Amino acid sequence: MKFSFSEEQTEFRNMLRRFLQDRSPTTEVRRVAETETGYDPEIWRMMAEELGVTAIHIPEAYGGAGFGISELAIAAEEAGRALLPSPFFGSTVMAATAIAEAGTDAQKLALLPGIAGGGTIAALAAAEPGTGWNADAFAATARPDGDSWRLTGRKSYVLDGMAAGLVVAAARLPDGRLGLFSLPADSAGLSRRPLQSMDPTRRLAQMDFDGATADLLGGPDSGGPAWARTLDIAAVCLAGEMVGGAERLREDALEYVSMRMQFGRSIASFQVTKHKAADMLLEVELAKAAAYYAAAAADDDDEEVDQPLSALASLAKATASDTYMQTAIHAVQMHGGIGFTHDNDTQLWFKRAKSSEVFLGTAADHRERMLQHWSA
Amino acid sequence: MADMTEDEVRAGVREWLTENWDPDRGLVEWRNLLIDSGWGVPHWPEEWHGRGLPVGMTPVVEEEFDKLGAVGVAKMGIRTLAAATILEHGSDLHKQRFLRGILTGEETWCQLFSEPGSGSDLAGAVTRADFRDGKWIINGQKVWNTSAHHADFGLLLARTDWDAVKHQGLSYFLLDMRQPSVEVHQLKQMNGHASFNQVFFTDAVVEAEYRIGGLGEGWKVATTTLMHERRGADGVRRYATGSDRAGRIYEEERAEVATVMAPYVWYPQRTGRADMLIERAKAAGCWEDRAVRQEVAKALTLARTAEWTARRAREAQQMGRPQGPEGSIGKLAASIVARACARAHTAISGPDAMLTGEDDGTGGVVAEILVSTPAISIAGGTDEIQRNIISERILSMPKELRHDTDRPFRDVPRNQVG
Repeated sequence: MKFSFSEEQTEFRNMLRRFLQDRSPTTEVRRVAETETGYDPEIWRMMAEELGVTAIHIPEAYGGAGFGISELAIAAEEAGRALLPSPFFGSTVMAATAIAEAGTDAQKLALLPGIAGGGTIAALAAAEPGTGWNADAFAATARPDGDSWRLTGRKSYVLDGMAAGLVVAAARLPDGRLGLFSLPADSAGLSRRPLQSMDPTRRLAQMDFDGATADLLGGPDSGGPAWARTLDIAAVCLAGEMVGGAERLREDALEYVSMRMQFGRSIASFQVTKHKAADMLLEVELAKAAAYYAAAAADDDDEEVDQPLSALASLAKATASDTYMQTAIHAVQMHGGIGFTHDNDTQLWFKRAKSSEVFLGTAADHRERMLQHWSA
Repeated sequence: MADMTEDEVRAGVREWLTENWDPDRGLVEWRNLLIDSGWGVPHWPEEWHGRGLPVGMTPVVEEEFDKLGAVGVAKMGIRTLAAATILEHGSDLHKQRFLRGILTGEETWCQLFSEPGSGSDLAGAVTRADFRDGKWIINGQKVWNTSAHHADFGLLLARTDWDAVKHQGLSYFLLDMRQPSVEVHQLKQMNGHASFNQVFFTDAVVEAEYRIGGLGEGWKVATTTLMHERRGADGVRRYATGSDRAGRIYEEERAEVATVMAPYVWYPQRTGRADMLIERAKAAGCWEDRAVRQEVAKALTLARTAEWTARRAREAQQMGRPQGPEGSIGKLAASIVARACARAHTAISGPDAMLTGEDDGTGGVVAEILVSTPAISIAGGTDEIQRNIISERILSMPKELRHDTDRPFRDVPRNQVG
C-alpha cells in the first residue's frame, strides 16, 4: 500500500491544476454558474479531447483511458479545488461507473465510448425525494415489457440531470431486486425539471418516470452490487473533491489573514488565529489521508488493506464532508464581514461544502454504513 | 569496518554470537563481554564500545540477536538519552566513566529539565548552579522526572549566568543522585499512578569536571537530549515486556524491563484505546444503539486517519523530504483521537462511567482511560505549543511576541517559585 503519489500522478494533477487556473478562475466560475446549462461547453470539450478527463477510469476496450480510481479522484480533487462547474461528476464519475459495473459487454460498447469522448453527457438517477441515496428505500419500479422495461417513479437530486442526454436509472424489479436501466433523456414518459440548487455550481434535477421504456443493464442480479460499487466510487471521488475544496478554502483564508491588519498588527499574529489555522491544517490533512487511502484501496487488492472498500469509502466521505463544512465555517469567520458578502469567493465554496455535506448521504449516514461494513 | 556489506556484518555478528552467547551467564557479565566485542552498539565509534557501522546496519545485527534469543545491551529508559548526549558532547572522562555502566544496565539515569515554573518554556529554568571552591553547587527544584527515585545519575540543566540572555545562561551537568542534598519525592497523578518525581536540590554538588559542554552552552547540549527524546529513543513508545524465555539471564533482563516500564503501565490507556471500542459495545449490549455507533465510528475514523497521516509523512521522508514539523501534526492528532475515544467509551459505559476498579465492568481499564487521556495533550509539548509550531513553521505565520530574548534573564518576568 503506497501513501504517496507516483510521478505520473503528480504530473497529471499539476497539468489539471494549471488548466483550471487558466481556464476556470473564479470569475469564470461565477459567469458560468449564471448560465442556463451551468457549464462551459468549450471547457468541457477541452477537458474531454485534450486532457482526457472524461475517459480516465473507463476501460480502454470501451474507449476510455484505463486508469484507476486514484487518477479519477485526483481529477475530482482538482475540480473541487477550482470549483469547476461541469458534468464531470455526474457523467464520468457516477453514470459511467454505474454502466461499467452493471452493463453487459454489448451495452458498455454501446454506451461508454460516448461518455469517454465527452460527446455524451450521462446522469445517474438513483436518489429519491426525502430518502436520498438509501437503496433500501428506492421506490421507483420497473415492469417487463417484451425485451424492454417500463419505469415508473420519481427521482431527485439527479446531478447534471438537465445536461444529460443519457440517463441511468435505479428501479426495483417486480421481485424486489434492484435494477439499473439506461434510456435516452428525451424518452417518452420521462419528464425532468431543474431543481433550485443552493449551490449554483452543482446542478440538480428532478425526474419523473411514467412508464418510460428503458434497457436493463446486465441481468436481474447486476443492479444491487453495481449500485453498491458505484456508491463506493462516487463517495471516494466526492471525498477527493471535498478535500480539494477544503484545502483551497484553508489556503485562501490563511492568505487573507496574513495581509489583514487590525490594532496595528497582522491578524495572523494573533494566537487565536494561528491556532485556528493549525487546527484547519490538521483536519484537512486527516481528511486527505482518508480520501487518498480509500482511492488507493479502490484500485488495489492489497492484503494490507484490512477493511472492505465500502467501509473505507464511507469513512472518507464522512470525514471529508465534516471537514469541508467546518473549514468553510472557519474560512468565512476568518474573513470577517467581507466573508459574508456575495463578492467574496469564500461563499462559493461554502455553498459547495454545504451541498457536499448531504450529497450521497450525510456524514452520520456514512458513519453508519462504515460500521455496517467494518471488519473488526 | 564502516564499509562492510550487510552479508559481512551478518556473518560477523553470527560467528561471534555462536562462539559466545550463553544464556546461563549473568546479565552484567554477558553485557561486559558484548561491549568488548563491539556488537552491543555496532553504530557507536570503535574507541567507545562500537564498530563504527552505519546506523542502517543496526537492524541487521538485531535480527541475528533475535534469531538466537541473545540479550543485548541495556537500551531502554532515560539511559539512552544520557548515552546519546555523552557520546555527542562528553569529554573522554565522561565517556570513560559512564558509557559502560549505561550499556551494562548497572547504572540508571534520569532527566532533570522541567521545573514547576518552566514546562513548555524549558529554557526558563531557574535551578541555579554556582561555582564555589572549585565545585558547582546546585539549588532549586525539578519536576516530571521519570525514574528519578531509583536513578544513579541525572542529566541536569541549570542556570549559571543570570546576566546573559535566557538561552545563553544555562549549563548542563552530570549529577550524582546518590547524595543527601538531593531529595526525590514521587508525584501522584490524577489517574492514581505515580510515574514521575519532583527532585529538590539543597547545596547539591557537581565536581567541576562533570559539566558537559561549555559554560553557557547547556541549551545546545539539551537540544541533543530532546532530539533523541522526540525520536523515541527513551524506548517507551511501545510498551515492552521483555522475552518470556526461561533462564537466569532472561529473568534478570525481565526485572530490568519491569523497572524501566513501571512508570508507563497506563500509557496504552492515555491513547484512548480505540482497539477496545467495538468489542466493548457488543459486550455491553449497546452495539445497535445509533448514538453509540456514531461516537464509535468517529473515534475509529480519527484513529485511522491519524495513522494514515503519520504514514504519509513517513513515506514523504523516505522519498527524500527532510523530517519536518509534521511530528506536531501527529502529536495534535493523538490528542483528538484520545478525546474521541474517551467520549465513545463513556457512551458505551453509560452510568458505569461513574465507576472504577472491579465495579466499572472492565476491571478498571475504562476508568483508567477516562482519567488518563488528559495527559496526552500535555506531555511531550502541549497542544498549544504544537499549534504554535504548526502555524509558525509549516504555515509561516508570525512568531509570538516574546519578552525574554531581548534582556538579561534576571529582568525577565517569570513565575515565583517556593
